[in-house]
Amino acid sequence: MTGKNRQNYNKNYIAYVHSFDPPTQHFKNCFRAFLVGGLICCIGQCMREILEKAVGLYGDELSSAVSIMLILLGTLLTGFGVYDRIGRYAGAGSIVPITGFANSVASPAIEFKTEGLVYGLAAKMFIVAGPIIVYGVLAGTAVGIIYLFL
Amino acid sequence: MYETYLEILWNFVKAFAVGGTICMIAQIVINFTDLTAGKILVAFMLAGVVLQGLGLYQYLVDFAGAGATVPISGFGYLLANGAIKGAEKGFFGAVTGALSSASAGISAAVIFSFLMAIVFQSKSKRN
Repeated sequence: MTGKNRQNYNKNYIAYVHSFDPPTQHFKNCFRAFLVGGLICCIGQCMREILEKAVGLYGDELSSAVSIMLILLGTLLTGFGVYDRIGRYAGAGSIVPITGFANSVASPAIEFKTEGLVYGLAAKMFIVAGPIIVYGVLAGTAVGIIYLFL
Repeated sequence: MYETYLEILWNFVKAFAVGGTICMIAQIVINFTDLTAGKILVAFMLAGVVLQGLGLYQYLVDFAGAGATVPISGFGYLLANGAIKGAEKGFFGAVTGALSSASAGISAAVIFSFLMAIVFQSKSKRN
């Protein structure tokens, strides 16, 4: 069988397999993502109001403190195995908020702990967060250098 | 006093609407393209960097508060904002600004994840 033929074969097979998938429920998925994502942002807003009015933080410190608390919440829920269940219900609503970032760090850390503290826990910790930091630093520094010359 | 409560409630509504909408856009992208979670996170973070680089994301943050800073695009906003502020101090600031503003989030994620990994066992076997 030639390479091109095999590719067509694979394509046909994949199309055949997908024909048995349950149809994606776009509206339902989007509504759930909206609901859960909005709720997580509301928890963040709640922390924001409390820290602003009761503790007196403002500006960058305020957003950093809120981020830290939400990340703690995200890693805790991941540890208890609750976040995966939220993820199954909410899809992107649980991925996009900062708690999803925390989950993407904590989840492989817990899972690969058995492979050792260095090449298991510490290395696999950045399996999803690594790309975010890499491209974030690249893009952020590019913005900084552009502003330097403007 | 009554007006303050109303204002706080209005802040919550704005945060819910904007944060929910960002998540819904991500869900629409996932529905139509099969992108994995990691790629979605990178794409939205980059969108935040670009929007703040153009000076637009700040308006969203001023309007929606946590609704704009809690999604991962807010992380990109933080990186770009740090870099822009650092650039005012010179070359060194422009290079270090991005990561130093995001250091709280990254440190927290690493520290808490390490602690959780020490404390908890993997749940995947129990399903």
